[in-house]
Amino acid sequence: MKAGVLVKVLLAGIGVLAATGAMAQGKDSAVICQTLEPPILDPSGGAAAAIREVTYGNIFEGLVALDQNSKIVPALAERWDVSADGLKYTFHLRRNARFHDDTPMTSADVKFSFERALAPDSKNAQKWIFLPIGAIATPSPDIVEITLKQFASDFLYGLAWGDAVVFSEKSIAKAATEPVGTGPYRFKNWNRGDRLTLERFDGWWGAKPALASVSFRFIADPQAQVAALLAGDCDAHTNIGAQEAVPQLKADPKLVVTIGRTEGETIVAMNNAKPPLNDVRVRRALAMAVDRKLVNEGAVSGFGTPIGSHFSPNHPDYVDLTGETPFDPAKAKALLAEAGFPNGFSLTLRLPPPSYARRGGEIVAAMLAEIGVKASIEPLEWPQWLERVFRNKDFDLTIVSHVEPMDLNIYTRDNYYFGYKSEAFNAAFQKSKSARSDAERKAAFEAAQRQIAKDQVNLFLFMLPKVTVAKKGLSGLWQNAPLPATPLAEVRWQ
Amino acid sequence: MGRFILRRLAGLVLTMLAAAILIFLLLEVLPGDPAATMLGVSATPETVAALRVELGLDRPALARFLSWIAGLFTGDLGISYTYRVPVGGLIAERIAVTLPLATMALILAAAIGVTLGTFAASRASGPMDAAIMALSQLGLAIPNFWFGILFVLLFSVTLGWFPSGGFPGWQADPANAFRALVLPAFALALPQSAVLARMTRTSMLETLGEDFIRTARAKGLNRAQVLRRHALRNALIPVITILGLQFSFLLAGTIIVENVFALPGLGRLLVQAVGGHDLILIKSLVLLFVGMVIVVSTVVDLAYGLIDPRLRVSG
Repeated sequence: MKAGVLVKVLLAGIGVLAATGAMAQGKDSAVICQTLEPPILDPSGGAAAAIREVTYGNIFEGLVALDQNSKIVPALAERWDVSADGLKYTFHLRRNARFHDDTPMTSADVKFSFERALAPDSKNAQKWIFLPIGAIATPSPDIVEITLKQFASDFLYGLAWGDAVVFSEKSIAKAATEPVGTGPYRFKNWNRGDRLTLERFDGWWGAKPALASVSFRFIADPQAQVAALLAGDCDAHTNIGAQEAVPQLKADPKLVVTIGRTEGETIVAMNNAKPPLNDVRVRRALAMAVDRKLVNEGAVSGFGTPIGSHFSPNHPDYVDLTGETPFDPAKAKALLAEAGFPNGFSLTLRLPPPSYARRGGEIVAAMLAEIGVKASIEPLEWPQWLERVFRNKDFDLTIVSHVEPMDLNIYTRDNYYFGYKSEAFNAAFQKSKSARSDAERKAAFEAAQRQIAKDQVNLFLFMLPKVTVAKKGLSGLWQNAPLPATPLAEVRWQ
Repeated sequence: MGRFILRRLAGLVLTMLAAAILIFLLLEVLPGDPAATMLGVSATPETVAALRVELGLDRPALARFLSWIAGLFTGDLGISYTYRVPVGGLIAERIAVTLPLATMALILAAAIGVTLGTFAASRASGPMDAAIMALSQLGLAIPNFWFGILFVLLFSVTLGWFPSGGFPGWQADPANAFRALVLPAFALALPQSAVLARMTRTSMLETLGEDFIRTARAKGLNRAQVLRRHALRNALIPVITILGLQFSFLLAGTIIVENVFALPGLGRLLVQAVGGHDLILIKSLVLLFVGMVIVVSTVVDLAYGLIDPRLRVSG
């Protein structure tokens, strides 16, 4: 029979292939795996977190940056002064900062970048950062003076975001696909759908990074991520999707698992503008019917940090309000009856694709059923979620993680998807913006947090965790994510 | 024969046009806005409007449809909304993964399926036949992505023979690029080979009962010679039909298997394009899938014509 020959040929082929297998990874390079691939590499042209995860602090830098503890640190500006009235910022730029095309970075580049972000045809997803700017002056190549139209206590913080990085006018046209920045790593090549490679930029102003070359690999499937880590194909994964695999990964002596925090407030958002959810008693009843701890267990394997308001526990002005609406189904039922729904009611729960939403949604729906509220689950893809829930407000409940740091301002927006309106909250929020001292700001932020907890605008679940898995010996990766970012300058093999 | 081919080709073009109209209309009514999807939840409405203008989304639907159809003929399929690079280039990069993968899978499926099916038919009702049929039942029951996960656990995680996923690129590293496709090709091929094995066995048994087989034996050929020279050749005709039909299943299978193995192929591109609501990319990709299936079934039709002259008249 020919079959025997065929099998032999196949087996021989496999043997040869296997022999050319696993090659030793050099110690001055690394393969960093992440879940999503950036669509483009220009952080001023799209909101995708993956753009920042690849470029922030690697390819592109701003005047200032955040370290992994949310502290503002110098980047392209080595220092800065603020006038007594808080309206004039003078940034002293590093004289040795250069772009990857070997042109020096000067105050003109800063002016160009910020004015581009402010322009009417700007595509910047975080335009609010720049809106307070009145004028930008460049008295010398290494000094930028920014005058604000109105005081903004979070102006400097905004400049640390990936949306406020400095571009050069010469290379801006290709920023989406062949970015030229000032960071420690320059863009080398991009095999779309698979990996993107950066190489060390020797003209960087800072201390020479340890790794000469770093590849980002993009693996969307949670099971494939675990397999790639176990097989040694990834040196690290910055935030795995299959949190239930953590015990298995921890058991592998070659791997180290660290659980950190992101800035993603994960909430069951409620349509405050639509009956019966426009009644605070109904919203509170729903909140009391849901056991946060169990949702946390089921949705993210218990690695989330419970929250009771829309504010990050990483921030110094955080107040713990998780005790305000304790899990109490009996009381929830009583509240519903008081609001005129002794037998409960039906509503929709529209869920975007991430597993925290899909898994959390099923648990939340089961808990609501206990008090007679029948939630019918409807899974949506992101574009449809954005269109139907976020833009057209066609929903009762949804589960979503608000990943932008310090995004309390969304509660002041008229016409925002969850339909909240409160003069008291707006006043407290404005006070935090205009606060001149830490104590004043702390008081204002506390009042704001308490107000939305009291109004039970949404059902606040937990902060989304960041589960990093790395090979033993690889150090310097961010454990927490105050911003979506994976800065590589400090990453090294030991 | 010439008229037959012409008629088939005209049918092909008309089907493609109908598919193009249907795809465009379906995507038009689908809720979602590429610009809003790209800019996320913090962007102001003015920013979204500015991006819509830049992407050309403010143009009327008919104008966008016509420029797409015109682009299909000139080869300029437009710029992807999310990736900001030409759609044609994106698709070309990905075909270099999916086409070799589907071809490898098809060859493997045919080799494994026909060999096992023939073997089973030659040992009909024996223990080997029963074992092969049981195996093929298992192969039919297990979906390709599950094979993929099992293969990764065995050959990548435990044995370390193959990468768990990813694709280094044909130019950069041809040997490893080929290695990267081996496990996914087997995962895709096994369920298909199970179908083929059963088809081949049935068809072989039928053929082996024909008079000409007895004649061949009577004129002195041994069993193996009869099997190879007479039975197999005749039994393969229905098998080839099935093989053509299976090509569309293989293409659909790549969408899932490419995700399991993180391969940068057309299937994964389609998933990413849907996730980003990249309409301009989705419609060209879907049309390409439609086109491949139609072309393969036309080729199968033409092959019938070659085998069976009667079809040239009636078809």
